[in-house]
Amino acid sequence: MKIVAICGVGVGTSGILKVNAERVLDRLGIDADVTASDAAHIDEAAADAQVVLTSPELVDRIGRTNADVIVVHNYFDLEELERKLDEALG
Amino acid sequence: MTLPPLPDSAITVGAHAADWRQAVELAGEALARSGATEQGYGHRMIQVIEEFGAYIVIAPGLALAHARPGPDVNSDGLAVVTLDEPVVFGHPHNDPVSVVLGLAVSTPEAHVTSVAELANVFNDPEAIPALAAASSTADVQRILTLSEEEAAR
Repeated sequence: MKIVAICGVGVGTSGILKVNAERVLDRLGIDADVTASDAAHIDEAAADAQVVLTSPELVDRIGRTNADVIVVHNYFDLEELERKLDEALG
Repeated sequence: MTLPPLPDSAITVGAHAADWRQAVELAGEALARSGATEQGYGHRMIQVIEEFGAYIVIAPGLALAHARPGPDVNSDGLAVVTLDEPVVFGHPHNDPVSVVLGLAVSTPEAHVTSVAELANVFNDPEAIPALAAASSTADVQRILTLSEEEAAR
């Protein structure tokens, strides 16, 4: 399974989403490859991903995709991430 | 894993900003003061928000301002600015912001380990309100270090 965390420039917030998503997936016992990418590379990054994690501000930049798009409000709230990832993957 | 360097010179406590641009500029000034970046980096952090919106407000009350690596980044660095009055960035859920972090990384790869450490600090829900209420540079250092130690346990 492939999960992509998207942020504007690919050097800050997507990294936080990536590490926290990995923690939650570990907790849920889900084996997945989480990568961080930026808005400019959304199309290629999301092409073969099952899940895209991003901010409410960036959702509109994600074009057509078959992936589940999960909008994360608080990047440091592991419970929010766990609930949303569990809904999408469970 | 360690946080990017946060010298005391990169910490501004209780500053006033009229709007989000000024708040980000203060983080840029703090990064320049510490030597991590040149002056122009603050403006580049503002441009990221102008281009992509307020997505850098990643948790209630906290903005993680940053820009791409560039020639104006001398070394990896972190800055912390706390505001006397919170400002609105335009995020649908996490406004208003009272703590602005400035992040500078010299290579795209460097961010992965350093931001992982930021997650260790701020996954503690007490960290943002504690920083917002900090009254000195030493307070800020203590909050970041303490949270880091707690995460390591």
